[in-house]
Order: sequence, then structure tokens, then C-alpha cells
Amino acid sequence: MSTESIAAPRSNSAQSPKYKRSKGNNSSFEMAAWLFMRLSGVVLIVLIFGHLFVNLMLGDGIHAVDFGFVAGKWASPFWQIWDLVMLWLAILHGTNGVRTIINDYAERSGTRMTLKTVLYVASGVIVVLGTLVIFTFDPCPPGAVIDLPSFCPVP
Amino acid sequence: MWSWVGHRITGVVIFIFLLVHVLDTSLVRVSPEAYTAVIGAYKNPIMGLGEAGLVAAIVFHAFNGLRIIAIDFWKKGPKYQRQLLWGVLALWAVTMIPFLIRHLTIVFSNFFGGH
Repeated sequence: MSTESIAAPRSNSAQSPKYKRSKGNNSSFEMAAWLFMRLSGVVLIVLIFGHLFVNLMLGDGIHAVDFGFVAGKWASPFWQIWDLVMLWLAILHGTNGVRTIINDYAERSGTRMTLKTVLYVASGVIVVLGTLVIFTFDPCPPGAVIDLPSFCPVP
Repeated sequence: MWSWVGHRITGVVIFIFLLVHVLDTSLVRVSPEAYTAVIGAYKNPIMGLGEAGLVAAIVFHAFNGLRIIAIDFWKKGPKYQRQLLWGVLALWAVTMIPFLIRHLTIVFSNFFGGH
């Protein structure tokens, strides 16, 4: 028997096309992202189902939603924290999901980079905006007259 | 295969709505009038049906996500993945029927009934 070794059929031989994408580094980022999707998914089910139940099914549902409804909820730190955690987890979960889809379907490196840059900028702007709105919100803005929550001083 | 396609499509739809939803809610920081005017658009029957579709997408994504977790972490998950998909669809129907009755009643009775 000959002990002549045979080259692996993969990896840039004349018979097989070159694998075009660069190898990932050895960081555990993708593993962490995979785990994050599962953990955040479970928490988001609780937060979003609760959000939908309170806003769409209790009381008068969507018909009751106006400025006073939002002001009434955010007067309580409970709903401020609820919405803050929901915002951050949903944006991170959604951004990582769309990142995965871009990696799967955009074949050129430049296209992938461009799409992911747009994604990260959009997500960053939205998560900062949402966080600022939750914490700088004024339930009784001066000069406003309609749809104020009942605890505002009568103008 | 189709559950995987459905999970991706519903995921993208929910993410796009999330971006718009943070923007419309941010109008509370502009003025009560601005917020109430824009949120009023969510109350007509066409948007009401759109909300029903969005909730249908969210509920599918949620239950199929639990199925993915079961396939990944439960020893017998891969073996029963097909049965788990039927479970997802059954739970989806059980959740959607009461939601649709409640939500569509609110949307249509307020539109045709008064105010």
C-alpha cells in the first residue's frame, strides 16, 4: 500500500472554486449572539404579549390610546422600565436578526458592509431616541389643552 | 423549511414596524395634538386589520421561536420538530381567535357605532 497522501478536496484546489469569504476570527461573538437571540426572545415574549394585552385588549383597546393614555402609563416607573427593557431587547434582537439575513443574502463584501452600516445607524438612532423620549417625557406639557391625563393641573 | 422562511419574513416585518412605532410614539415629546393626530390613523378599520396582521406575525414568530429553542436545547427536539410545528400553529390559532374577536370588535364598533 502506498502511503501517498491525498490533498483534501476542498480549499482552493483546481477542481473546487475558491471560497470567497474571509474566515471569521476565533472570537465567541457569534456564539454569544446565538445565545442572546434565544434568551432575549423568551423575555420579549413576556414583555410584548403584556404590552399588546394591556394596550389592545383591556379597556377600550386601541380606541383608548391617546396622549393621556401614554402619559398615564409612563407616570409609573413600572411601565417606564418595562418599555425601556422592551425597546432595547427588541432593537438588539431585530438588529441581529436582520444582520444575519444580510450576511446570508448579500454576497459582495461591499454590499454587506453598506447594508449593515445603514442597519446599525438606523437602530442606534431609534434606540437613543426611544430612550430619551421615555425619560424626558412631560405628561403635562405647558400650553397643551387636549387629551391630558387626569392628574395634570387644570389650566 | 417553510417555518424558517416564515420566521425570517415575520421577523423583518416586525422589525420595520418597530422602527416606525418608536418614531410615532416619539411624537408624545412634540405635543399631545401631534401624537393624538397620528395615533388616530391607527384607529380606522384598514389600520385595524393591519394591526391584526402584525399581531398574527408577532404571535407566530413568538411561538415558532419557542419551537427553535426546543429544537436547540431539548434532546428530543429535532426528532419532534414537525409535531412541534403543528403545536405552534395550534397555539397560534388558540391565541389569535380571542384576540381577533376582541380587537376587531373594538375597531369596527367604534368606527361604525359612534364618536
